[in-house]
Amino acid sequence: MANHTPSTQSQFFQHHFVDAEQQLDASKMGMWIFLATEILMFGGLFAAYIIYRFWYPELFVMASKELNTLWGTVNTVVLLGSSLTVAMAIKSAQLNQKKNIAINLGITLALAAIFMVIKYFEWTHKFHLGIFPGKFYVFEGIDHPKASVFFSLYYLMTGLHGIHVTIGIGLMIWLLVKANKGHFGSEYYNPLEITGLYWHLVDIIWIFLFPLFYLID
Amino acid sequence: MLPPAKSTLAHQTDALFWFVHLSGLALTIGLMGVIIYFAFKYRRKSDDEVTPVITHNNKLEVTWSVIPLIFVFIIFGWGYKVFMDQETIPDDAYEVKVTAQKWMWQFTYENGARSSGDLHVPADRPIKLIMNSKDVIHSFFVPDYRVKQDVVPGRRTELWFNAPDTGKSIIFCAEYCGTGHSDMMGNVVVHEQADFDDWLAQNSGGGSKPEDLEPAKWGEQLAQEWACSTCHSTDGSNMTGPTWQGVFGHEVTLDDGSTVTADEDYIRESILKPNAKVVDGFPPVMNSYEGQLNDDQIDAIIEYIKTLK
Amino acid sequence: MATAESTLKKIQVQRYEPEEDPQKYYLNEETGIWAWLTTVDHKKIGIMYLASITLFFFVGGIMALLLRTELWTPAKTFIEANTYNELFTLHGTIMVFLFLVPAVPAALGNFILPLQLGAKDVAFPKLNLFSYYIYLTGSIVVIISILTGGIDTGWTFYTPYSVTTGGAVTMAVFGVFIIGFSSILTGVNFITTIHKLRAPGISWDKLSLFGWSLYAVSIIQILATPVLAITLALVGMERLLGIGIFDPAMGGDPVLFQHFFWFYSHPAVYIMIVPGFGVVSEVVSTFSKKHIFGYWAIALSSVAISFIGFLVWGHHMFVSGQAAMASMVFSFLSFLIGIPTGIKMFNWTATMYKGSIDLKSPLLYIFGFFFLFLVGGITGIVLATIALDVHLHDTYYVVAHFHFVMVGGMVMAFLAGLHYWWPKITGRMFNETLAKIACGIIFLGFNVTFLPQFVMGSLGMPRRYFNYIEEFQTFHQVSTIGSYILGIGFVLVFYYLVKSLFSGKKASANPWGSRALEWQVSSPPPLHNFHHTPVVINGPYEYHKPMDEFQLGLVENGHDHSKTSGGTDDNDGEEHEKAE
Repeated sequence: MANHTPSTQSQFFQHHFVDAEQQLDASKMGMWIFLATEILMFGGLFAAYIIYRFWYPELFVMASKELNTLWGTVNTVVLLGSSLTVAMAIKSAQLNQKKNIAINLGITLALAAIFMVIKYFEWTHKFHLGIFPGKFYVFEGIDHPKASVFFSLYYLMTGLHGIHVTIGIGLMIWLLVKANKGHFGSEYYNPLEITGLYWHLVDIIWIFLFPLFYLID
Repeated sequence: MLPPAKSTLAHQTDALFWFVHLSGLALTIGLMGVIIYFAFKYRRKSDDEVTPVITHNNKLEVTWSVIPLIFVFIIFGWGYKVFMDQETIPDDAYEVKVTAQKWMWQFTYENGARSSGDLHVPADRPIKLIMNSKDVIHSFFVPDYRVKQDVVPGRRTELWFNAPDTGKSIIFCAEYCGTGHSDMMGNVVVHEQADFDDWLAQNSGGGSKPEDLEPAKWGEQLAQEWACSTCHSTDGSNMTGPTWQGVFGHEVTLDDGSTVTADEDYIRESILKPNAKVVDGFPPVMNSYEGQLNDDQIDAIIEYIKTLK
Repeated sequence: MATAESTLKKIQVQRYEPEEDPQKYYLNEETGIWAWLTTVDHKKIGIMYLASITLFFFVGGIMALLLRTELWTPAKTFIEANTYNELFTLHGTIMVFLFLVPAVPAALGNFILPLQLGAKDVAFPKLNLFSYYIYLTGSIVVIISILTGGIDTGWTFYTPYSVTTGGAVTMAVFGVFIIGFSSILTGVNFITTIHKLRAPGISWDKLSLFGWSLYAVSIIQILATPVLAITLALVGMERLLGIGIFDPAMGGDPVLFQHFFWFYSHPAVYIMIVPGFGVVSEVVSTFSKKHIFGYWAIALSSVAISFIGFLVWGHHMFVSGQAAMASMVFSFLSFLIGIPTGIKMFNWTATMYKGSIDLKSPLLYIFGFFFLFLVGGITGIVLATIALDVHLHDTYYVVAHFHFVMVGGMVMAFLAGLHYWWPKITGRMFNETLAKIACGIIFLGFNVTFLPQFVMGSLGMPRRYFNYIEEFQTFHQVSTIGSYILGIGFVLVFYYLVKSLFSGKKASANPWGSRALEWQVSSPPPLHNFHHTPVVINGPYEYHKPMDEFQLGLVENGHDHSKTSGGTDDNDGEEHEKAE
């Protein structure tokens, strides 16, 4: 472990760490652990999904046709793109290109917003058809008694994912404000790094959700 | 520590029960003895005592890991063997359907006979119960037989036992199911085969009024059979629901403050739509008996309530 | 070794003796209610947790006494069946989620862990404070749900009962959901702290066993709690939207809920008990003045328990209708958990062999723990045996087993830890005689309360019964009397501990003569724990080494803040070679 060297500290250095490197290591590790809990949390819903698909495989094929694969694909591309721009924002920070940090964050934010807008239209379209979750389900286009269960799962899982995207948008705005103040650079970019990790997780979960709901034959 | 063993498998459970408990007791006494002995023998005599450096001892540690391991393997194997016997239902078992609902056990036999609360079975014959629940999860538990099985809505669960001797054994509901959970009891009544056949013949059909019975008497039987008495007393005491004594024709106060006369219509409504008009001071927890009791039966129960002055 | 030399670095250390009777310490450096509420100091946050769990413990305890009083007679004694059902639900919910889960990790762990690591704080102090407020918010939501409608589902929230019953179940599960996040974030914080903030010299084999147990617990917290959160969210959704996942009428399955629930809640009982194991290791070693026996066996058995603990949830469901094959596997794995637990018991006993045993009150509580936990563990073996569980499941036998492990094990260990660290936390000594008397009362009361319940359960008395058949009345009455004795014991503990705050003798820095790092600072500790950077060359249980080797710290550079407390010159400039 490093000696006590108080020289290389920026204004964001917290007193209980030995040096900035330890602080970055710690915050990255904390985020990784937190992401493990996120996976377990979605894991509960994925488990429910697997069990129901096992019980009613035909239902999942029938109901999946109600989902719009085109918009699902667009959203996948949008989210993947945003993961890339987050990574570029971090790279810019490491290279100390302060202006590029803000630009990349801005693009990420825009892509995240596009994702949510598309999601919004998908959901409202379904509500319009009478596809509500649970006992409010009134749609008659699917000839299966348990059809509402598929959509309950759909709303729960994409909803929980949507909440995560929304939180991510909040974090991006906060980062953008800090980036515009010039807080980030090659010396200090912990918040960028750990928010990036979070954002990649949100992306990966969508990569799983997309085929599980949209791409069932 | 255990109730009387009244099924063919109960003795197996008991032997295992005592084996695990007595060996556990031996371990507890032994280990606590050592701890107390150490506490006395090695008590601190002065503040600057020096203790030997003993950090670990692999041989010793492996020993006290492996011996318990072998021991629990034995218990596991034994327990699993007994469990498989409990699970393997003999092919020639006599079948009874069990329906659980808040807060009663209902039994339906091969010839349509029905009973509630009491399960009638022949002695010395494997009995297979095919169980389902109408509302929440219940659990069918007969301590004398060492058997228990959850009764789950939307699923069929099974259980079997063989009681060699005649007699009575209590049935409990073991899975919490609300207000009347602790009153959801019954008995297994074990008859000689001949007596059982008689009982079965007398009760065939169910549902319609026996020829020679007055309506009020039949109502009393039905109230027993449908376990109304789990929640409604006939002696004036208030249980989960209001008492039936003296209720007919009198005004009752409802939970919204209004009053209503307890006439035929009100009682009928209270059986079919229990939560429409709830008497003040009682929780709205009764089930609807719509589709379960027919009009004749409801009339008979009302006749019975009329007699309770 | 020539190759290794490049990674060796010379550092200068000196001895820093802890200051006795310090003028400035964490309690008086930042004062006022606002400083407390916004503090990021792990010690103050630990104390806020301690105050909260104490409050909830007494609330839950009063409910238990009401329940026991009601059970004095076979029929109604003084409350209605529905009130009784609500009371046992609240007793369980409050004790499990508001008291047991945060008790040792969040209260004692928060205070002690950074001190034992030689750190100035946990890795994320603000997150730590945030966790506390999440816990508080969740607790308040649970309390509001009690006041606005009550819940009568039992703390297990089994569907479909929990979906169909009235009352404020949705709000209650939401409250527990919130508390879950507090638990997760504390776990994240502790794991990171243990990995990244250990003082120079604290390698994994010099980590305290309390630290190891918190590490094991944190793993469970981060992996199991999210599943509980999502399960309870599903129950809430089921009630609000009728999504049908647990509803047989809509093609769902109520038993699926039980799988989800116990996937969390079985590991959760290890969240409750494993930190207690850590306390036992510390106390046994200190009061035997002897090296802990089998350090690695104890450390790794905690981790083993936390991993195997994830694979045994189905043993709560032997009679639920799950496949016989599944029951067999779950039973087998449950037996395996008994082994690392047994190893710990044997190792603690062996630690006392040829020790210098000082039977002070913390160790006395541990002796209570030994007996009660052993009984709890052995009855656990009984319940893991499938054939026996069929008979004993959902009876008072299970109630007694659970209380032996949780109260007899966990609460005794918690009290031992509280007494052990009380001088460090408050800087005061409590009344030792009263402490011993209280320990005896609690031990007696506990056994009188719960031993009869084993007999009742074996005889077939089901749990959660408002009325019961008359055969059981004697057992119930003995049990009720026992619960009053137990209650008196806890009140007595509360009395003398609070009294010590005002009139207790001042505690020295290291009243028990421990070698552990938290005792090498003044009592109470300074605001930032250490004025120096501690350097550790010996493990915390090496009683054969002189005390001054445990009080080393880096020699401060001139330009750094040099207000080191009471530094003596004994070892000034002593040089140690340290692996980097």
